[in-house]
Amino acid sequence: MSSPQPRRAAVLGGNRIPFARSNSAYAQASNQDMLTATLDGLVARFGLQGQQVGEVVAGAVLKHSRDFNLTRESVLGSRLAATTPAYDVQQACGTGLEAAVLVANKIALGQIESGIAGGVDTTSDAPLAVGDDLRRALIELNNARTLKDRLRAIGRIRPGSLVPEIPRNAEPRTGLAMGDHQAITAREWEISREDQDQLTVRSHRNLAAAYDRGFLDDLVTPYLGLTRDQNLRPDTTVEKLAKLKPVFGKDDPAATMTAGNSTPLSDGASAVLLSSDEWAAEHGLPVLAHLVDAQTAAVDYVHGGEGLLMAPAYAMPVVLARNGLTLQDFDFYEIHEAFASTVLATLKAWEDPAFCKERLGLDAPLGAIDRDKLNVNGSSLAAGHPFAATGGRIVASLAKQLHEAGSGRRGLISICAAGGQGVVAILES
Amino acid sequence: MSDWYTSFANSGVGSTLVKQLGLPRPAVLRRYEPGQQLLPGPAVVGSAGEGRLRATLTAVLRDAGVAVLSPAAADGAGDGERPAAVVLDATGLTGPAQLAAAHDLLAPAVKRLRPTGRVLVLADPPATADSPAQAAARQALEGLVRSLAKELRAGSTANLVFVPEGAEASLASPVRFFLSGRSAYVDGQVLTLSAADVPAGEDAERPLAGKVAVVTGAARGIGASIARVMARDGAHVVAVDVPAAGESLAAVANEIGGTAFQLDITAPDAAARLVTHLRERHGGVDVVVHNAGITRDKLLVNMDAARWNGVMAVNLQAQLDLTRALLDADGVLRPGARVVCVSSQSGIAGNRGQSNYAASKAGVIGMVRAWAPEFAERGATVNAVAPGFIVTEMTATMPLGTREVGARINSLQQGGLPVDVAETIAWLSSPTAAGVNGQVVRVCGQSMLGA
Ligand SMILES: NC(=O)c1ccc[n+]([C@@H]2O[C@H](COP(=O)([O-])OP(=O)(O)OC[C@H]3O[C@@H](n4cnc5c(N)ncnc54)[C@H](O)[C@@H]3O)[C@@H](O)[C@H]2O)c1
Repeated sequence: MSSPQPRRAAVLGGNRIPFARSNSAYAQASNQDMLTATLDGLVARFGLQGQQVGEVVAGAVLKHSRDFNLTRESVLGSRLAATTPAYDVQQACGTGLEAAVLVANKIALGQIESGIAGGVDTTSDAPLAVGDDLRRALIELNNARTLKDRLRAIGRIRPGSLVPEIPRNAEPRTGLAMGDHQAITAREWEISREDQDQLTVRSHRNLAAAYDRGFLDDLVTPYLGLTRDQNLRPDTTVEKLAKLKPVFGKDDPAATMTAGNSTPLSDGASAVLLSSDEWAAEHGLPVLAHLVDAQTAAVDYVHGGEGLLMAPAYAMPVVLARNGLTLQDFDFYEIHEAFASTVLATLKAWEDPAFCKERLGLDAPLGAIDRDKLNVNGSSLAAGHPFAATGGRIVASLAKQLHEAGSGRRGLISICAAGGQGVVAILES
Repeated sequence: MSDWYTSFANSGVGSTLVKQLGLPRPAVLRRYEPGQQLLPGPAVVGSAGEGRLRATLTAVLRDAGVAVLSPAAADGAGDGERPAAVVLDATGLTGPAQLAAAHDLLAPAVKRLRPTGRVLVLADPPATADSPAQAAARQALEGLVRSLAKELRAGSTANLVFVPEGAEASLASPVRFFLSGRSAYVDGQVLTLSAADVPAGEDAERPLAGKVAVVTGAARGIGASIARVMARDGAHVVAVDVPAAGESLAAVANEIGGTAFQLDITAPDAAARLVTHLRERHGGVDVVVHNAGITRDKLLVNMDAARWNGVMAVNLQAQLDLTRALLDADGVLRPGARVVCVSSQSGIAGNRGQSNYAASKAGVIGMVRAWAPEFAERGATVNAVAPGFIVTEMTATMPLGTREVGARINSLQQGGLPVDVAETIAWLSSPTAAGVNGQVVRVCGQSMLGA
């Protein structure tokens, strides 16, 4: 028996809810609420009511214990057929793109004909954990059989252990906030405040223009009264951004990273519909692009002297080499704007002969890209960044952009993630 | 949204109170539900002069399982045989003298008509009469039917259909519509049929099976109701509304197994995007319902350009642009296509503070009439539906007094429901309505405004 030849999975479109700022429009919505609404918007757009797709793969970075089986529970609450299998994934900010790669790979292998990849995150409804002392006491209390045992268990609870552990956006192994990590990288690569603010302004302008020309009409479905991303400031300027005080790497008098050129904590969800070409044709759904290839990488940011968010720089040459492409062979680049300085440091690294030789083991640097092709419809600085939802946002939007540009166009995605990880992927129309 | 007054006036306490206060007690209308009989009782069929439609009529009624009574038989029949409809074939009129025969037939039958009964008069159009006397007789029927509609009680309606020579095949579909519960709020209307290739038979329960129907403004109100009725009748509905209304649009699409297409129909590329979407996703379109509409009321002298232009752009220009683009896009508008444009009572009667809105809605009527010949050449139709006072979220926000008066000043003494407009539009969209083209159907319970 011969196994089926791999084929390229098609991206048919996507849906997301507008991204909200933390503790705002979606303050009362759970991960499951948002993911379900997003799936339902996708179902409405593509007429999938009551249909079974091969698999739904999604995840969240910040999860409650009640988010058990989050994706499957969301599917059950959605208009998809209840017989649609689902599973959760989690790769920090890479979750959404990784989910798309997983779905695409099963399609490529012929294991499924269609699938939905997604992600959701809430920083408003984030889980609060109790400390280990309290947790142990509560478990003991629960197990206690006699009144005496119960009283003893209660007696072990100290006032101090009643303070919940609020989750922080910090790396467990360094205790540093992600922004503080990135501030180190920004300083190392000498990324100027002005360049970061300029990139930020461009992100807002591009996203606003995309909304205005109706580009997001079939990518976004309003939710809870929100019709556009709440963080979007179409009228922001470099002058306005220059007034903001640095918030990361503040021990450095020349700190550059502000709340403007860093993504805000946000809430939201996204989903992407993928399939085989045959499934798309059977359902009368045009193919926007194909997922050509993807690559993950990780760096040792704890002991290895590499920046926390630099992993995509390492993943890129691998995927380019495997596909016989250079960094310049693309019509559009989507580099996730975790921070403006992440994008700029990554681009600088690819242009840097020493970095490319010593760290990436390349004879020549990957080189510069045409900045006019970068994040042409805005990115996370403007839209916001609900961690696991960003990948889906980018895949759907890039696929549509490639489709609009005509066939045979190539796009590159690069997403950095906590834990020193990165995911990159190639789409082609 | 239900009409609370009608429900109240027909409730136990309510009906006593209403009677004591001498308030009108609007009837509960007979509205269509799937599986419903065409009529809840027999139909009396008679003619004034040598009518040529008897055979067609009788066949339509028999096919629908309706017992047909001759006027004489009806007169002597027992109470259980009270007619649910009276159909008068007046195609044999030669002059005013024969109108007496119409009166002779109608008077006893109408007297015995059941609640929510139907009176339907069929005649030749006055314009094609051989003599002024014949034209006078035909035109006289309009006065007769419109007056009778005002006299009828208990949710009964009267309507007139002109059937030109050669358009007999077009008759079955309007007869079914006017007798059925689908026309509950259509009263005192006059329609002129045209000759057309009428497809043989359609599934009475799912006349739109296999059709793709675009409905604009489908996120709420009348548009959402149109989408539901179209889906119930078998169509795949492409529900269109502005992106900002996308959340409820998706809910409507998911409820009816349709698709949501977020589009501002006034966007410069709206027509191109709609055409591409229909071509790529559905290979074409069978039915287009231009329902999206807005009001921006102000007295003419106080009206700014934004109010004027905004209303024109949505209510009229978008209908023109989208329709033109669909007509021009090769193969997108399928053979036998149906376009239904939502106009308004204001477009017929005018309304204080609505010069912009009324102009746009009157414009729709002009557009439909002008386009009818081009559509006919393609075997397609284009018609307008002009709702009267329809109870929606929009009217719910009107002051109680204005709302109640607005709802009552019509022969059925109540506001219509979105579903009433939707049923009329679904009927005009059905394949066998091929002979209804360039018409304006008011869904207004025979409103006193603009009558
Ligand atoms: N309600 C009545 O009594 C009444 C009476 C006469 C005529 N009408 C007509 O019936 C139609 C529906 O009225 P309704 O009462 O349901 O109103 P509505 O306001 O409840 O619904 C109209 C819908 O059209 C949509 N729409 C507006 N501008 C649009 C645009 N540019 N692109 C796409 N969609 C757009 C709106 O978002 C809304 O969902 C309108 O044409 C109205 O003029 C209504």
